[in-house]
Amino acid sequence: MNGINLEIKAGEVHAIMGPNGSGKSTLASVLAGREEYEVTEGSVTFKNKNILELSPEDRAREGIFLAFQYPVEIPGVSSTNFLRTAVNQVREYRGQSPLDAVKFLSLMKEKMKLVEIDQKLLSRALNEGFSGGEKKKNEIFQMAMLDPTLSILDETDSGLDIDALKVVANGVNQLKSKDNATIIVTHYQRLLDYIVPDFVHVLYNGKIVKSGTKELALELEAKGYDWIKDELSGATV
Amino acid sequence: MSKDNEILEELTSREYEHGWSVDYEADEAPIGLNENIIRWISSKKEEPKWLLDWRLKAFEQWSKMDEPTWANVHYPKIDLQSLRYYSAPKQKSKSKKISDIDPELLKIYERLGISLNEQKRLQGVAVDVVLDSVSVGTTFKDTLSKLGVIFCSFSEAVTEHPDLVKKYLGSVVPATDNYYAALNAAVFSDGSFCYIPKGVRCPMELSTYFRINAANTGQFERTLIVAEDQSYVSYLEGCTAPQRDENQLHAAVVEIYAAKDAEVKYSTVQNWYPGDKNGKGGIYNFVTKRGICAGDNSKISWTQVETGSAITWKYPSCILKGDNSIGEFYSVAVTNNYQQADTGTKMIHIGKNTRSRIVSKGISAGNSQNSYRGQVQVMKRATNSRNFSQCDSLLMGDQCGAHTFPYIDIQNPSAKVEHEATTSKIGEDQIFYCNQRGISSEDAVALIVNGYAKEVLNQLPMEFAVEAQKLLALTLEGSVG
Repeated sequence: MNGINLEIKAGEVHAIMGPNGSGKSTLASVLAGREEYEVTEGSVTFKNKNILELSPEDRAREGIFLAFQYPVEIPGVSSTNFLRTAVNQVREYRGQSPLDAVKFLSLMKEKMKLVEIDQKLLSRALNEGFSGGEKKKNEIFQMAMLDPTLSILDETDSGLDIDALKVVANGVNQLKSKDNATIIVTHYQRLLDYIVPDFVHVLYNGKIVKSGTKELALELEAKGYDWIKDELSGATV
Repeated sequence: MSKDNEILEELTSREYEHGWSVDYEADEAPIGLNENIIRWISSKKEEPKWLLDWRLKAFEQWSKMDEPTWANVHYPKIDLQSLRYYSAPKQKSKSKKISDIDPELLKIYERLGISLNEQKRLQGVAVDVVLDSVSVGTTFKDTLSKLGVIFCSFSEAVTEHPDLVKKYLGSVVPATDNYYAALNAAVFSDGSFCYIPKGVRCPMELSTYFRINAANTGQFERTLIVAEDQSYVSYLEGCTAPQRDENQLHAAVVEIYAAKDAEVKYSTVQNWYPGDKNGKGGIYNFVTKRGICAGDNSKISWTQVETGSAITWKYPSCILKGDNSIGEFYSVAVTNNYQQADTGTKMIHIGKNTRSRIVSKGISAGNSQNSYRGQVQVMKRATNSRNFSQCDSLLMGDQCGAHTFPYIDIQNPSAKVEHEATTSKIGEDQIFYCNQRGISSEDAVALIVNGYAKEVLNQLPMEFAVEAQKLLALTLEGSVG
């Protein structure tokens, strides 16, 4: 990746679109702090901190959330237990006292409604045996529980049927506020019908080659990514 | 459990008795192993002739045996002639202070949640607060003796209850059983003796008493537990605190006898020194543990958490002789760095309607090798027996190994035997997922491992379940990444 310049302000929704292999998921992984990727040049400043110096768990505790494209399964660990550990570790980092079982449970009940997730699902092992849609809903549910400042949704729409898509989008929209921001990584325009972006960026060959408003997404939908490729090669000729 | 609390409350209001004198007698046998050494040990312990004869016979049998090599563990041959077979129990020094203790060790104690008093006791530092091992010991003994429960050192039992010892010693694990059992029979140092009379339900976990009495475990421990008709006892051996010992070889024997309608629960939390990161040093833990459900409707259950020792070689087993008897085995065996474990169980079904349950959770990390070896045997006349076995392996990283050697030998067509096995990995993806939710890698491993081992940990007496959880996390530290 070489040429990512982004500025995201609180209250904004940015969409990152691009063809397969353009680096969309890589960007999400780099922001979240995956060890496999080394940033050799540049910086990522979040709330005045250079997060490239922070471990992935510290970035999370600072308020960055990644909704995974392929959420992993963790047998033997219930979603409830998992989330309680996460929530309390984040709270500890922020100097807050941990939530006791009662408070935690009521927080869960409140957030469960947002994504219409079944309580039975939450007492099972994390993501184990979940359908694709259930996994994605679980990601948004966790997002609701952790209340991040910056959410990165990595192809959250992939593998979802229309109904699940609507539920997920609705959840995201309800969590949006003027104090947080969202990055939506996606191929398709479809999700952006429901979660309306303020800015759309096109990623191609590891570089942001075009930025615009939500109209850009519609143009991409109509013309396809080849249009971008042609534009670029046209420019160099 | 509430009985424990009552006793502890009583003690904290007592006054501490100051001062004990230090006794430094040089009590050590010369190096080597021969008949004279055995006579030396027996006379040092002032044993009766029958016991000396028993030892000598075992030694004779041992001399004709070959060291077994079938286990999936590899180690340089131990020169048994270069060991010392008897040394005095650890002495407590009045002058030793907590500042004399290796700070690394103290850090571990803290992380395991071991109280400061217990830390001092474990390291031989004089305890200068209300609780001390002598007074606690006395109080427990009083409660137990009122019920007729005998719980004392093996040596004491030989002197005070020779008939009982004679009757049951070697009845479950005879000296001829195997090489290390024979060695143990010849040179055993000490251990525990426990006798529960008919109809008595032992009111406290014998764990509590044992812990407070701290780790005076010897090289060749011998434990004998006898539960008469309709009795119950829960016994806990071991300590989560890391145990170092100059002696490399530990060959213990545990025998359990359960009479009609009796139940014995035996739990072990073992954290012998596993050797350094390169596998140097470390204790070899070669143990023979066996229980016989002699009476109808009796039950013996073994629960073990094995995390230490360089090499673990043990198969706590049950002989289900009585009709309707039940045998259970729950195990979490962790290996890291260069540790090796070959552990499992044997369930021998002899009586009618007998049941056995095996839940084995192996966790391998680093460059370690972890093997489950189990045998389910249903004899010809064991009608209607049932067995359920579950052997799971969890691999962490890609340099470790997990192996399973289940043996099923069924000689009666009415038997129902089930066997399940899973192999899984803690992937970096799972750790990263936890990280991205704000959970540190260490806590992520602890979370995942605990979920995995839950079924076994739930079998432990509660206070130990908590320590065992921490111990698991501690053992696996640094194994991911």
